[in-house]
Amino acid sequence: MPTKLIINCETGEQTEVELTAEEIAQREADAKAYEAEVKAKKVEAAIKATAKAELLDKLGITVEEAALLVG
Amino acid sequence: MANTYTLIEAKSLGSTTATITFSAIPQTYTDLKLVNSTRCDLVNSVAVRIAFNSNTSNFTGIYLQGAGSGTPSSGTDGRRAGVSIPTSYTSNTFTNDEIYIPNYTSANFKSYSLDSTQENNATLSYIELYAGLWSDTAAISSITLTLDSAGSFVANSTFYLYGISKT
Repeated sequence: MPTKLIINCETGEQTEVELTAEEIAQREADAKAYEAEVKAKKVEAAIKATAKAELLDKLGITVEEAALLVG
Repeated sequence: MANTYTLIEAKSLGSTTATITFSAIPQTYTDLKLVNSTRCDLVNSVAVRIAFNSNTSNFTGIYLQGAGSGTPSSGTDGRRAGVSIPTSYTSNTFTNDEIYIPNYTSANFKSYSLDSTQENNATLSYIELYAGLWSDTAAISSITLTLDSAGSFVANSTFYLYGISKT
């Protein structure tokens, strides 16, 4: 069971307790949301890379030549 | 070291712990500095996240990340507080993280900065600089650290909270 540690800076008391069912549920929901966000970012990057490659191919120029055009 | 730099609380974990909270932080200093050295129980590197006063809303920020053999990156993200070392990295290595929070009792929004480095006897290892903002006017009285992906900090991770006074 995951635990949380609370350090009271006023008294110095340190309390370690198990996460509640609600906290565990929230933690799992956060983890799922994070994984989904990471996956979405990867998909977005892949789509951009494909679109860029297709455009370069259509124009018949290399990445270096494209950089010269916009530099 | 000057008297203006005071250790408020320190903790070296004795066992795996999901969440660390410094509560009842004295309101008598000018700035706060959190020095962490962590390792986690996940296979891949994950971000450490920060919350103030148990609040996870209204956080924004910009990061710049180097990655060794990995892909360097930059972007916007909220609540970042370092990149913890995963189980796949060299054994017994821990991060080197510093978080600086100026004017933590002010009635203005709270900015903070972070530098975080990993250690790994391999070509992949992350280093990160981050500028964060908590758009809330409440004084900071507690700081909570967690990990993405439902990870936990492992034993021997350390957390030091310092108070820094201007006089």
